[in-house]
Amino acid sequence: MGKARAWEGQEDARPLLPLELHGAEARVRGKRLLGPVDLTIGRTGTTIVMGPNGSGKTTLLRLMHGLQRLSAGTIRWNIPRAQARERQAYVFQAPIMMRRSVVDSIAYPLILRGMNRRQARARAADWADRVGLGAALHRPAQVLSGGEKQKLALARALILQPEILFLDEPCANLDGRAMREIEAILLDARAGGTRIVMATHDMGQARRLASEIIFLYAGRIHETAEAGAFFARPATAEAAAFINGEIVE
Amino acid sequence: MDGILEGFSQALKLIVTFDPDLYEIIAMSLRVTLTAVIVASLIGLPLGAWLAVNRFRHRRLTIAVLNALMGLPPVVVGLFVYLLLSRAGPLGVLGLLFTPTAMIIAQVIIITPLIASIAHQAIRDLWAEYHDLLISMNASRAQRIRTLLWDGRRALLTAMLAGFGRAIGEVGAIMIVGGSIEHSTRVLTTAIALETSKGNLEFALGLGFVLIALAVAVNLTIHTLSGTERASTW
Ligand SMILES: Nc1ncnc2c1ncn2[C@@H]1O[C@H](COP(=O)(O)OP(=O)(O)OP(=O)(O)O)[C@@H](O)[C@H]1O
Ligand SMILES: [Mg+2]
Repeated sequence: MGKARAWEGQEDARPLLPLELHGAEARVRGKRLLGPVDLTIGRTGTTIVMGPNGSGKTTLLRLMHGLQRLSAGTIRWNIPRAQARERQAYVFQAPIMMRRSVVDSIAYPLILRGMNRRQARARAADWADRVGLGAALHRPAQVLSGGEKQKLALARALILQPEILFLDEPCANLDGRAMREIEAILLDARAGGTRIVMATHDMGQARRLASEIIFLYAGRIHETAEAGAFFARPATAEAAAFINGEIVE
Repeated sequence: MDGILEGFSQALKLIVTFDPDLYEIIAMSLRVTLTAVIVASLIGLPLGAWLAVNRFRHRRLTIAVLNALMGLPPVVVGLFVYLLLSRAGPLGVLGLLFTPTAMIIAQVIIITPLIASIAHQAIRDLWAEYHDLLISMNASRAQRIRTLLWDGRRALLTAMLAGFGRAIGEVGAIMIVGGSIEHSTRVLTTAIALETSKGNLEFALGLGFVLIALAVAVNLTIHTLSGTERASTW
């Protein structure tokens, strides 16, 4: 029964954050993909993870969310690990679409938490409206366009009102207008207390949303900086080149 | 040529005039096969799903054995069940030999590996697709299996239909354990064999038409189902 109410966030009064990584490493078959990483995700702000393709952005987000096995070091939430997962949400780089209708897909996490189907559907319909899928409620999720799938994934993540939301390039397939709409929703969520950690390649989006930038390069944190400072005076040559849109190898 | 045409018209006449012998055989076939499909599905579908989402020792071996069992020659299964159920056999006291139940047992043994194997493949693919999402959403083990079975329901139905197709056309095993006794254990396939050997060609043809119609219907349904699956709807 305790679980049925988890989506209301009443389980553990302590805040989920800060999240602390010490010497965290991800290896696959001996090969190091990321790390060692030392990092703190504080209670406030918006963290944007940047870096060239293959620099480890996805790996870092998955590591923090617990989807990527930690090979060395520690990752510590402010509350016990077992309770941390259900207060987080994650939007994948390649949206995962269930074989269900749009409304049932968005309602799915609520149903997992024990909410009754009718109530969950009503809430899901609200969220579908908010992300611009109000007209597609009963369409199979798998036939949505790339951008619509990303919107669905966002609604499905936010419906639980997570304390922290990880987003892996959530706007990669969106046109300018959809991107602005999504950014407005993210700002709303932030105002409602959701901490945002997002990987993006979009420099404009990073400037608009970030309070803090993590710049990854070859699997290491090359630079962590307050957003204004990062864009005005990047500390490393690679970051400077990346900001200027030059090719960083 | 005339003989064949004559046979065709005789066969059609038997079908449209609801020949009682013909329909008795059809009913027995459906009863045996449908029961076998239901029992085999109750075993095979959860087994396939379980194999797909659980890691355990000898998992690969179990799956290899399952796939090998799909190739079991039905005649050998028939012989095995015959030995089990014959008067001198370990289950002889039940007196099941030459009854519909014996035929159902043989068919369950033949199609359970097939159903489990198809279900396993489908659920395994779906699990690979859903894995990160379900883990991220903190779904419990039971919730994961329920979600996979529900979202994979089309593939599971395909597995059942494949089992039906195999069982309805099977002749070797049920001939051995059922004996094709008139008004008792005679089914479509064994009746065709018998009537043909007796020279009763139009009756055999009538049965053949029904069998073909059933097989075509099942395959069309499978095709439609897997077609929509591929088109990414559900
Ligand atoms: N399971 C894996 N096995 C082997 N290598 C992997 C695995 N997962 C990721 N990698 C490698 O780790 C590196 C970092 O990958 P990651 O997906 O984190 O990059 P990214 O910064 O998200 O890139 P992109 O901008 O293209 O999304 C890449 O070189 C990738 O090939
Ligand atoms: Mg990535």
